[in-house]
Amino acid sequence: MSNVDTTLRISDLTKTFDQPGGGRLTVLDVPQFEIATGEQVALIGESGGGKTTLLHLIAGLLVPDSGSIRVAGTELTRLSEQGRDRFRASTIGYVFQTFNLLPAFTALENVRLGMTFGHGHTDSGRARDLLDRVGLSDRAHYRPSQLSVGQQQRVAIARSLAGRPRLLLCDEPTANVDPVSAENVLDLIRTSCNEENIAMLMVTHSMHVAERFSRIDNLNEINRAFANSQ
Amino acid sequence: MSLIQIAWRNFCHRSLSSALTTLSLALGVGLVVLVLSISGIVSEAFTRNASVGYNLVVGPKGSALQLTLNSVYYLSQPIENLPFTEYMEFFGQDERAEMVREYGGDPALGERDGIYAGYMAGGYAIPLALGDYYGEFRVVGTTPEFFEKLRHGPDVDEPFSFSEGRALQEFSAENGYFEAVLGSRVASEMGKHAGEEFFPTHGDPEGEGHGQGFKIVGILDPTGTPNDRAAFVNLEGFYLLDNHAKPLKGDEIIEDPADWKQRDPEHKPLVIPQREVTSILIRNGNLMFAPGMQNTINEGLQSQAAAPVGEIAKLMSAIVGPLLKALLAITLITCVVAAVGVLVAIYNSMNDRRRDIAVMRALGARRETVTVIILAESLIIALIGGVLGWFLAHFAIWSSSGYIEAQTGVRVSLFTTSTYEIAVLPLVIALALFAGFLPAWSAYRTDVGSNLSA
Repeated sequence: MSNVDTTLRISDLTKTFDQPGGGRLTVLDVPQFEIATGEQVALIGESGGGKTTLLHLIAGLLVPDSGSIRVAGTELTRLSEQGRDRFRASTIGYVFQTFNLLPAFTALENVRLGMTFGHGHTDSGRARDLLDRVGLSDRAHYRPSQLSVGQQQRVAIARSLAGRPRLLLCDEPTANVDPVSAENVLDLIRTSCNEENIAMLMVTHSMHVAERFSRIDNLNEINRAFANSQ
Repeated sequence: MSLIQIAWRNFCHRSLSSALTTLSLALGVGLVVLVLSISGIVSEAFTRNASVGYNLVVGPKGSALQLTLNSVYYLSQPIENLPFTEYMEFFGQDERAEMVREYGGDPALGERDGIYAGYMAGGYAIPLALGDYYGEFRVVGTTPEFFEKLRHGPDVDEPFSFSEGRALQEFSAENGYFEAVLGSRVASEMGKHAGEEFFPTHGDPEGEGHGQGFKIVGILDPTGTPNDRAAFVNLEGFYLLDNHAKPLKGDEIIEDPADWKQRDPEHKPLVIPQREVTSILIRNGNLMFAPGMQNTINEGLQSQAAAPVGEIAKLMSAIVGPLLKALLAITLITCVVAAVGVLVAIYNSMNDRRRDIAVMRALGARRETVTVIILAESLIIALIGGVLGWFLAHFAIWSSSGYIEAQTGVRVSLFTTSTYEIAVLPLVIALALFAGFLPAWSAYRTDVGSNLSA
């Protein structure tokens, strides 16, 4: 697979954390992992297996101990913290399990915040289009506390797409919504990524969700640290 | 969205906490501004009133400050009185001879120039006779020149104007020697109008009445000076009140006044040896002569000359200055306490906000960006608290403007500001920003990964 067709390429990635009793615990040791442009991947694995840590590393929120993370042609490990912040804002979308909408802002403002930190300016038209796409144009001025759980997750999806990302990271986005809403959320994310040719990596515990994807990777198999611990 | 907008939304979101923090800061600022304004009013009350056109006050030997306080501010008790002949020393031979002719006295007084006449150079000397009261207000015996020559206002160029009537005259066919002009505050508090009569009391506000009334011929417009709190009577009428004539020793050479019966056959003016003045307001025609005159008077045995502006400056530096410094120290402490309040409020809110900060960071906000947002919140609290506190204090002062004017003669408006007050808002903003640094640093160090997962 060439660089042009690859949105995410990870090689020889390791991440360790301090252990309470001393020493360091290797959480991730991933020799190779790639996602092609526009490809949608479900990542499953046991709890505590390093899925969220992997997402944080790809998003540049954490720094690996060694290895390479290349997103849309940019080597993240060579960027400064500021550079990673800028890169994340402009290239990576993130959907959280708990939505993480900012309670002080309306649905529309939450979506606009997704652009503010990336481009320094906001495109209200796109923010409204995204809310319309997730079916919440009539709730644009509602606060998160005035929205249902499913509606909040849809706002979070709209926010993650606001900065026109090349890669969308989803951390169990359907875990906190009812099954019907989960289907809707999943459809929404997948459709949006298809429409904008966004590569997507979705971490999930649910095999039901994972089976909707043509590619399912098990982190337990990719991560040598997990295999070594067994 | 700008960072200020984001900070503002955060401020609004925690409306109760934000409002209480802002209110506490506003009360602190209000207290500071109130203290500064009051000290400013006190300073202004003394300094602006120290200059009403004359440059020297002459009175008996004693405390120059006391002389200034009782002659300029109508406060404190007069030191003593000066003989009328001391007043005559400021006039040339012709004017002195005319006084002898008009009032009666030793003809020799009119045969020479006054000792200080050479320094006058076209200026004026206005006599004041104090000692009587009208209610709680001082009665000031003086001449019509008081209203013709003296000026007031910020540039000391505004002549007296009258809301009713006119200035008093030395003698009028209608009222004889007994005409009076009331200051604006006296008239309003005593409920008097032109055409009515009032009766001074002797010695103190509850002293014995003289039994002789004065016809009020004019009410002064407010001047913002102690003159608003004085009842002016014609000096000739003042002399004619009971117990106001200095007893004669019996060895004086006195030539009776000429033609006095033509004016008022029932009231013979006091002869010069019977006359006294409490003080004399002096304006040198050429101010270059003032120091020489002051020295000459002070070297004499009888009287002293004080420069009101200088005396008040001494009073300010000796008493009001240190007091103002103490107030400024309290001000600074109050500002610091208010800033600590901002720090505590924002810092306490940080625990609830780490997740929000982590989310913003995950959305691409840099550490510096979230730091600036927290500092902007401090700025918002400081600005609103500062401006609100300023308005609260000035509203309180404005609400009391009538009382302040009554007590000090200083007129204050809603936007009257003192010198130091200008520095309060920048100081509060600087302190609030400084106080915001600790929570901002906490925001800067917020760990994104652990807080997103929390």
